[in-house]
Amino acid sequence: MNAELRDHLIKALDKGIRFDGRKPDEFRKVTVETDITRNAEGSARVKIGDTELICGVKMGMDKPYPDSPDKGNLMVNVELLPLSSPRFETGPPGLEAIEMARVIDRGIRESGAIDVKNLCVEAGEKVWGVALDICTLNDDGNLHDAGSLAAIAALKSTRYPAFDGTEVDYKTHTDEKLPLSAEPIEVTVYMIGSHLLVDPTAQEQECYDSRITVAFSEDGTIVAMQKGGMGELSIEDIEKMIDLALKKSVELRKLLG
Amino acid sequence: MTYDKRFDGRKSFDELRPMEAKAGIIKSADGSGFFKIGKTEAIAAVYGPRTLHPRFLQDSSTGILRCHYNMMPFSGCGSRIRPGGNRRSKEISMVMKNALLPVLDLKAFPNSVVDVFVEYPQTDAGSRCAGITAASIALADAGITMTDLVCSVAVGRVDDKVAADLNYDEEAYEDGPVADIPIAMLPNKKTFTLLQMDGEIPKDMFMDALKMGLKVCDQIKELQVKALKDKYGEKK
Repeated sequence: MNAELRDHLIKALDKGIRFDGRKPDEFRKVTVETDITRNAEGSARVKIGDTELICGVKMGMDKPYPDSPDKGNLMVNVELLPLSSPRFETGPPGLEAIEMARVIDRGIRESGAIDVKNLCVEAGEKVWGVALDICTLNDDGNLHDAGSLAAIAALKSTRYPAFDGTEVDYKTHTDEKLPLSAEPIEVTVYMIGSHLLVDPTAQEQECYDSRITVAFSEDGTIVAMQKGGMGELSIEDIEKMIDLALKKSVELRKLLG
Repeated sequence: MTYDKRFDGRKSFDELRPMEAKAGIIKSADGSGFFKIGKTEAIAAVYGPRTLHPRFLQDSSTGILRCHYNMMPFSGCGSRIRPGGNRRSKEISMVMKNALLPVLDLKAFPNSVVDVFVEYPQTDAGSRCAGITAASIALADAGITMTDLVCSVAVGRVDDKVAADLNYDEEAYEDGPVADIPIAMLPNKKTFTLLQMDGEIPKDMFMDALKMGLKVCDQIKELQVKALKDKYGEKK
């Protein structure tokens, strides 16, 4: 961590300002576009300021896992592409990508967004697998919230490919949408010194002590959570962070349409 | 039955699919480029020259170029592609590097590397060519000295016709022989830096295909130049 940068940032936050002029609880401009790539069954592009990523959904015929023979498979994968930041390197996913994928996965799974029993074609033999791949294009911080928003927007746009009982025909997309029973949205609140902020830039993200990501379903129920960072949090801090995350999740939800 | 009309409605056999080129689309990168031809979309980012790690890979006489070709897992026409690369992507990365290196002189950057990352949100044949074209824009955008641009396109034959820029359906044509010839050219010198071919083709037809490639590559070069001018403006 860059200690001088952190001191400087905290001094600015003491006066309630950030380097780019935003308030601590203010997001940059967020845009969500869907159906942005045609070979995926569903897709979305999310931009938050200069941060940009895309999520593609591929559906395929899988064998179910032995412990859930009548349930379809859901997989979330994050590719922190070296094209998107000098920080990222080629090779298998590192800790940062794995944590991000798992927390987004938990939000979708635990909210029951996808009814995995609906994905069963033949118990014990054939189920639909839904694979979400989140690929970063430019990293300027807060990839997590962008990724979670892209995941749910992409799922909302997902249509089954044609399937004749034995083979999937990827050339033909049906009009049948993948039904969603919840739309979880994740917001991460960061603590730097004694200050809370949301939607950090890459520079701000270098300086945080703790963060909490909270996933909310539409009615505000918490469906997943993750603390990150090496700092410590009081119970009062945690409550404030959850409240702020909820407030922001309501704003982000409006963008899903 | 012969192949008379192109499957996607193109009017002639030397017509390229609709193209789009942009420079500077990834802020974190030192240079970047976008090239779309038909349904194939390539995004290229350049990082460097930067110090090369691990050190044993360094060359004290020159900087080196590395290319990384990667299809996003959802970008293919069939089922999901497992991320992490495979034999195909390794080979393509290598030929892309060989296609781009002749226009670069990295001797001024010993022990350094120029990394070119090429990603594909969607593909429909011709991906390595679109990638080289995008990478060439990205290298220019990064301000790396180049002796020429590199333009790349696939040519080939479908049945008895020589054609440019085959799409996936044409590559999969079943009623006659097909040949796919990805090439890259230096538009000013009229030389080839990428040449691959698979399928079957008589020599005369092959030479006609190369000539067609030389002709259509000017359209790609014009778009590359336009993309760079759009970003930097005309030099006064």
